Amino acid sequence: MARITAGVASSHVPLLGVAVDQGKTGDEYFGPIFAGYEWTKAWEKEEKPDVVILVYNDHASAFDMKIIPTFAIGCGERYKSADEGWGPRPVPDVEGHADLGWHIAQSLILDEFDMTIINEMDVDHGMTVPLSMMFGQPEKWPVKVVPLAVNVVTYPVPSGNRCWALGEAIARAVESFPEDLNVQIWGTGGMSHQLQGPRAGLLNREWDNKFLDMLIGDSDAARFIPHLEYLRETGSEGIEMVMWLVMRGALGKKTKCLHRHYHIPCSNTAIGHLVLEPTE
Amino acid sequence: MTAPTEKQNIHDYLAEFDDIPGTRVFTAARARKGYWLNQFAMSLMTPENREAWKADERKYLENWPMSDEQREAILARDYNRCLDLGGNVYFLAKVFSTDGLSFAEAVSSMTDMTFPEYREMMNKGGRSPQGNRSIKGGY
Repeated sequence: MARITAGVASSHVPLLGVAVDQGKTGDEYFGPIFAGYEWTKAWEKEEKPDVVILVYNDHASAFDMKIIPTFAIGCGERYKSADEGWGPRPVPDVEGHADLGWHIAQSLILDEFDMTIINEMDVDHGMTVPLSMMFGQPEKWPVKVVPLAVNVVTYPVPSGNRCWALGEAIARAVESFPEDLNVQIWGTGGMSHQLQGPRAGLLNREWDNKFLDMLIGDSDAARFIPHLEYLRETGSEGIEMVMWLVMRGALGKKTKCLHRHYHIPCSNTAIGHLVLEPTE
Repeated sequence: MTAPTEKQNIHDYLAEFDDIPGTRVFTAARARKGYWLNQFAMSLMTPENREAWKADERKYLENWPMSDEQREAILARDYNRCLDLGGNVYFLAKVFSTDGLSFAEAVSSMTDMTFPEYREMMNKGGRSPQGNRSIKGGY
């Protein structure tokens, strides 16, 4: 039987990908950011997950304004690195797990989550940066990935409560997959950042840390944070944190924190990173 | 906090966004207004289109059914104006990436700071939320 053994949350700032690709991860600026991922890199080597369900958002790469799926799941065999305007990142292709992807998609639909199915797409920094942060620069990514794309660009985006409930349904779906698989779920994006308008550059260390606290233990208060609060407190792009709630929802009633990291700034953004384990 | 069973009316939900200082939330209304502006920007994801755009920006824009205001805003790289006309930053990013600008530099152009000033603010912890949360509330 497949099982979700851990949840990982991480920002996915594109500049982190640039730092990896250009060998700058140890310099004065990036060093403190990457240092906070060393623990996780070593832990991932021990854990050896088979599959990561990677919750992320597309940044006008695979999806343009033609079609805007609220929740979409990747059921393909392989995804290439997207050209985001400066050429594709030099990273390995992301290998899908089509059997698990389709199993989760079908289960979610029966469970009343009306998913969009993706068979082919390119994946942008939203997915490849977290992979680089957790696995470095391998020839081939050491896991298969089931992409779970959430619309956090065009409003209304899904509520935190709905994201959490989707996570709960994903956990049920994974548990009913017959193959013995070690599955992790990652929630990416955030933390506080605003990339537009005169208020650009807003960061909120206090609020971000309160949010990190809320994901640890048995509280489910985070699922009821309204969009307006994310917008006011964490900037227009801080709304990406609803994707962390899909991850948290999938971990069940209670979590234990294995690792936590927070750093300001990376470019325009506050970096947050958590490794959580379900405890019951 | 909103209880899970309380469903919010879409008009109230959208009206609240206007109270956030210096921010254009990418609502459906903005998405509709900016449809072709964003789709034009999206087209810069291939090297061939980037070359054609760089060779003659004005001519390239003729292929897209955008308003004159949108065309001028893009040619002037006036990103706040682009936001007002329905642009979204992830789409506009294709334009400033093609220009060779980093996210931080392009984003700083929307503030009242120079890029070095903006970078210094970010390195010192970013813009404080204090006084930047609500226009009406002033907090």
